[in-house]
Amino acid sequence: MTRKQRRLTLIGSALAVLGLAAGLVLYALNDTIVFFHGPTDVVEKGIQPGVRFRIGGLVKEGSLVRGPNQLIRFEVTDTNKAVPVTYQGLLPDLFREGQGVVAEGALQPSGEFKADSVLAKHDENYMPKEVADSLKQQGVWQHAGDKAKDAGAKGAAPKPAAAAKPGA
Amino acid sequence: MIVELGHYALVLALALSLVLTVIPAWGAHTRDAALMGVARPAAFAMLFFTAASFVALAAAYVGSDFSVLNVFQNSHSAKPLAYKISGVWSNHEGSMLLWVLILAIFAGLVAWRGAAMPRRLLSYVLSVQGAIAAAFFLFILLTSNPFARVMPAPFEGEGLNPLLQDPGLAIHPPLLYLGYVGFSVAFSFAVGALLEGRIDAVWARFVRPWTLLAWAFLTLGIAMGSYWAYYELGWGGWWFWDPVENASLMPWLAGTALVHSIVVMEKRDALKVWTILLSILAFSLSLIGTFLVRSGVLTSVHSFASDPARGVFILCILVFFIGGGLTLFAWRAPVLRQGGLFAPVSREGALVLNNLFLAAACAAVFIGTLYPLALEAVTGAKISVGPPFFEATFLPLIVPLLLLVPVGQTLAWKRGDLLGVLQRLSAAFGLAFVGTIIVFATTRGGPVAAPLGVGLGFWLILGSLSEITSRSHRRGASVLTVLRRAAGLPRAAWGSAIAHAGVGVTVIGIAATAWGVERIATLKPGEQIALGPYQVTLEGVVPRNGPDYREVAALMVVRDGDRVIGRVEPGKRTFIARTTATSEAGLLTVGLGQIYASVAEVGAADGSAGVRLYWKPWVLLIWLGSVAMAAGGVLSLSDRRARVAAPARRAVPAAVPAE
Repeated sequence: MTRKQRRLTLIGSALAVLGLAAGLVLYALNDTIVFFHGPTDVVEKGIQPGVRFRIGGLVKEGSLVRGPNQLIRFEVTDTNKAVPVTYQGLLPDLFREGQGVVAEGALQPSGEFKADSVLAKHDENYMPKEVADSLKQQGVWQHAGDKAKDAGAKGAAPKPAAAAKPGA
Repeated sequence: MIVELGHYALVLALALSLVLTVIPAWGAHTRDAALMGVARPAAFAMLFFTAASFVALAAAYVGSDFSVLNVFQNSHSAKPLAYKISGVWSNHEGSMLLWVLILAIFAGLVAWRGAAMPRRLLSYVLSVQGAIAAAFFLFILLTSNPFARVMPAPFEGEGLNPLLQDPGLAIHPPLLYLGYVGFSVAFSFAVGALLEGRIDAVWARFVRPWTLLAWAFLTLGIAMGSYWAYYELGWGGWWFWDPVENASLMPWLAGTALVHSIVVMEKRDALKVWTILLSILAFSLSLIGTFLVRSGVLTSVHSFASDPARGVFILCILVFFIGGGLTLFAWRAPVLRQGGLFAPVSREGALVLNNLFLAAACAAVFIGTLYPLALEAVTGAKISVGPPFFEATFLPLIVPLLLLVPVGQTLAWKRGDLLGVLQRLSAAFGLAFVGTIIVFATTRGGPVAAPLGVGLGFWLILGSLSEITSRSHRRGASVLTVLRRAAGLPRAAWGSAIAHAGVGVTVIGIAATAWGVERIATLKPGEQIALGPYQVTLEGVVPRNGPDYREVAALMVVRDGDRVIGRVEPGKRTFIARTTATSEAGLLTVGLGQIYASVAEVGAADGSAGVRLYWKPWVLLIWLGSVAMAAGGVLSLSDRRARVAAPARRAVPAAVPAE
């Protein structure tokens, strides 16, 4: 092989691998990204059933119903609109009525949101960021900013997914 | 008093780091031996005062001195001693002090081992270490002082976040930091080489042990963190593609590429500029990892607003060192003499491919981790990039690489013979194939990918084994001779074989997760539930007390047929100091697999418990494989080549090319 051929082989294989990587990333960014919506968004934007997204808000007071075999129903609200959620599995330790929650899953044709994971952070002061933002939009945010800071400083290794996770 | 001494020692360490930054570099620039002579004593002194400062903080923790704000916020007098000590780095301020202590330790080690190094290179390297240390000393003193006092001193501390009160998390941060910060040495060497304008195989010899050491620690640190998350977070996952984890995976991928490219440089005097770039990138990614976790940018983009000083300060450090490193690279790299090109089919050609795939995988993880932050900053849209993204991008880039590993290991330097290599590997491939068929035939359920993944693991292990046997076996040699020859192989050969086999072991463990079984149920006392090949019975729910917590535990017995094989006792703990509840998983190791139990609700009137149970076959292989990888790295490190590298250069000064 001449020097030129060797150089071309090197450059060619580099371009091939980088091209492959770029293709995969672009494909995956189109396909696997999950958007976040608050309950008002969900109701008003009319998201199609079957589209995966994350919903976040407060667990509505008095809406939590525990069925047999850890089948759980509750409503996620931003005090303006509420969306019913079903979930089978173990709830995170900090899951409580009136507290912030983020669930990932998709809407059913019935209009219920079927979650396959429910997330909450370790710290009881902590409100998932998306939830805080969406509540601010609705004008019902009242957590002091210093609480969020407190949470950030204390969770030395904030593994966010301290939570119940997919069963299926 | 001791606390004030600690604070003062930290200020002295800052002053010494500034001396270390300026004087040796100036000495190297002007070739003044006296000024360069300052480098080593200054590095030792900086290490001494940083260590003194750290010990002072640790003493405040051990003595439960709640007049120190940091101790008050993160400790409690009822805590066991081990967690009082680990409490030092369980919080922002203390962990930054640990970070800079490890940096000082590495600077001290380089100074200690550097007696045989060329003086100018050593001076530049220690100068850069000093500059990094200075930036972090300033950061700690100006924004995150761990020695701040509270008046009046509280009577009792607030306690440690219960999730962090765990042996796994006590040693995870130091290991991870040893890895992150260890790459600073490679960075300093790279910058030193750029400043000096010279880079050769001897440079690679000096920097290789440090890179291997950092890589081995980082491997252990990541494995430890993964195991902690597995048993502590209560839902049995071992990797979440969570940004905090990706922050440690990116430097690991770059570091893995670096460990391999340095070998090419050392053996073949090629890939020089690329190796320099990788050295800069590996440490840059370590800094980005520290920044992502420490600045709070991950929990919220807005936590900048709650404490702008810290975030902005770390960002400045980041921009200065990464930007500075890359600018210097762009400016000086053309000065370095390029190494020769080489045949595509050869060991070095295979290592280039390895570097390409690892760099591409690292870039994919980088994009997946930072894209959501960038998108939100620009458009305000909130997205989450989760496991599906990383599975779609990372796996297709890593699997071909792993398939090629045994081939690359077997190829000869300079001019490889692909056909011969395939012949030599045919036995390994055949055995791996048969193994895959057996796994395929004997398992039920799970995707087709699972036996294939196990087969890939077999291929990696057998390929490594074949490398050892083919190097020690000759036709007609007796078993004893073969064993003696195998024992006489260089430790680097064994290290490489063990590390690559470790990758295979981890791959098998990952593939086997597909055969796991999960059950979610509400059990009454006495009720039995089938879990894969086992049966689990709830005996009852009982309250218990720990040193600083109360617990409600679900006592369960695991049977295999009629035989009792063990118990699992998951619980819910309430910590007295913080009134937070945490779930404690119950684990039972059966062979290489584990039965994993966690509870949701306990305390119903009928004594029932909501439980989540997993049977995870072969799951321990995931971490055992990682330990083997790290062990392989350390074994390589103990190779004669690494130990005697320095005197070799002194004895043969002609080996230093005069460029």
